[in-house]
Amino acid sequence: MWKKLSRKFHSIYRSRNKNILLFLMPSIAGVFLFVLIPFADVGKRSFQTAVTGEFCGIDNYKVIFGNQAFLLAIRNTFKLVIIGLPLLLVASLLISLVMYQVKWVQALKSAFLFPMAVPTATVVLIWKMLFHNFGLMNAGLESISLKSIDWLGSDASFWVLIISYIWKNLGYTIVLWLAGLHNVSEELKEAARVDGASETKCFLYVVLPGLKPVLYTITILSFLNSFKVFREAYLVAGAYPQQNMYLLQHLFNNWFTHLEMDKIAAAAVCITVIFIVFAVFLQHIWEEEK
Amino acid sequence: MKKNEVCRLAVVALAGIVCVPVILVVFGSFKSGNELADSLGSILSNTGEMINWKLFPNYPTLFHYVKLLFWTPEFLTVFWNSVKIVLLILIGQLFVAVPAAWAFATFWWKGKNILFTLYVILMLLPFQVTMLPSYLVMNKMNLMNTQASVILPAIFSTFPVFLIYRSFTSIPKELLEAARVDGAGEFQIFGKIGIPLGSPGILSAVVLGFLDYWNMMEQPLAFLKDKTLWPLSLYLPEIGIEQAGMALAASVVTLAPAIFVFVVGQDYLEQGIAASGIKE
Repeated sequence: MWKKLSRKFHSIYRSRNKNILLFLMPSIAGVFLFVLIPFADVGKRSFQTAVTGEFCGIDNYKVIFGNQAFLLAIRNTFKLVIIGLPLLLVASLLISLVMYQVKWVQALKSAFLFPMAVPTATVVLIWKMLFHNFGLMNAGLESISLKSIDWLGSDASFWVLIISYIWKNLGYTIVLWLAGLHNVSEELKEAARVDGASETKCFLYVVLPGLKPVLYTITILSFLNSFKVFREAYLVAGAYPQQNMYLLQHLFNNWFTHLEMDKIAAAAVCITVIFIVFAVFLQHIWEEEK
Repeated sequence: MKKNEVCRLAVVALAGIVCVPVILVVFGSFKSGNELADSLGSILSNTGEMINWKLFPNYPTLFHYVKLLFWTPEFLTVFWNSVKIVLLILIGQLFVAVPAAWAFATFWWKGKNILFTLYVILMLLPFQVTMLPSYLVMNKMNLMNTQASVILPAIFSTFPVFLIYRSFTSIPKELLEAARVDGAGEFQIFGKIGIPLGSPGILSAVVLGFLDYWNMMEQPLAFLKDKTLWPLSLYLPEIGIEQAGMALAASVVTLAPAIFVFVVGQDYLEQGIAASGIKE
């Protein structure tokens, strides 16, 4: 009896294993062919000279870490994520908390999601109209007798990036937060209120912890989208924008056009390592949650 | 109570502000060439005067649309390029990502977590980091300067796998077990339970994919030299602000399919986004 049962389980297990392969194969094959194998090649190239392909140790890495443009780009990109991401998360959370109590949420959601559908090239046209020296933003500032700002040519350009990042991703993040809020149990909140918790306390100790699971997804998706502001920046300001807007993507693109493959290879390896650390860290936090 | 009212008003106002830029462009596209030249003159020639932009056109005209759609054959070429590239990518993604997501959501095997983390990392990496690897492959396969160089790597993107995976995991395990006990094969379960119940996630991946690839810029910029192969998203910025009427009309024409997909897919998008955020 036991033997029969265990054999049966074994065969089920084996047949399911075969199915896993069938389901997973196309995706894994593609990932290996188009990403992992060439990536290994890039890893190898990061230790070679670009032209002759001779082994040169960590020279390429030394070169990029001595490269002003690389350091600037890393700094700007990091700054964008560190400032933009929390701003987006907090702003969207506050808005969704208000929207949670409103009845006609649907129309508001649509309005906030709308910018996501706007094509990049259209955004660029809008940018030019809004942020040009004599554009609408400055016209607005002057009409309330404030000084106009050189949006794209000064330090303010960084904030233009942040604004456009938040503008595009607000709706998406709000929808996620709202989904999270609906998932926090009403009974738990009610119980906290009955026990005499104030609204603030109720929010801090009941609602906020209940939002943790959704935070993982929000962080990952907002992080992912933070790299897409490059499109607008590139189209508006070209390959060499004001230095506060110079992102890693600009640098990679410029190296690519100048065929500096050794530098790209070394930089790609460095960036990937940073991403692995970040992803494993997030995953770890999330697994602990479970 | 009063504070609540203020908050609500602020949110409504913000929702309005967020939509303003698009409204500017749509109304602007109906302005005549002269009117645009007048209002944009300060930007074009740096006269030192502030922009003078009226929301509504004085004499609305469809001239720019007619010019764009009937007298500009390149525009139609790039428009169809975009449609073709986006559709092929999305169809390919469905065949690759949906089964993979199913495998991640319902099977267990050794090393699954590591593989999944790998997928998450690959999904996060910006295109520029994978640009050189992709370039090396495309070069080897002799696909540089063909649309396949843009389409193929995108088909194997791991982002849709992640999105669809999250909605598959919300299907109750008991349901799948029950089907198995009743003798359903794995493929039957996948087709009859997985796909219908996971459809919000699948459709939201399609909608998001459409919006993203409709704007695809980095890949074609790096891999397509021939301008007749370009998608709309690359062609559009080529129309300078000097031809503002054309640029505005082209923007609206580019916007239209995206808005259409968005309006049709919004419910799925929301359900899918929501499902992706909730833990099983």
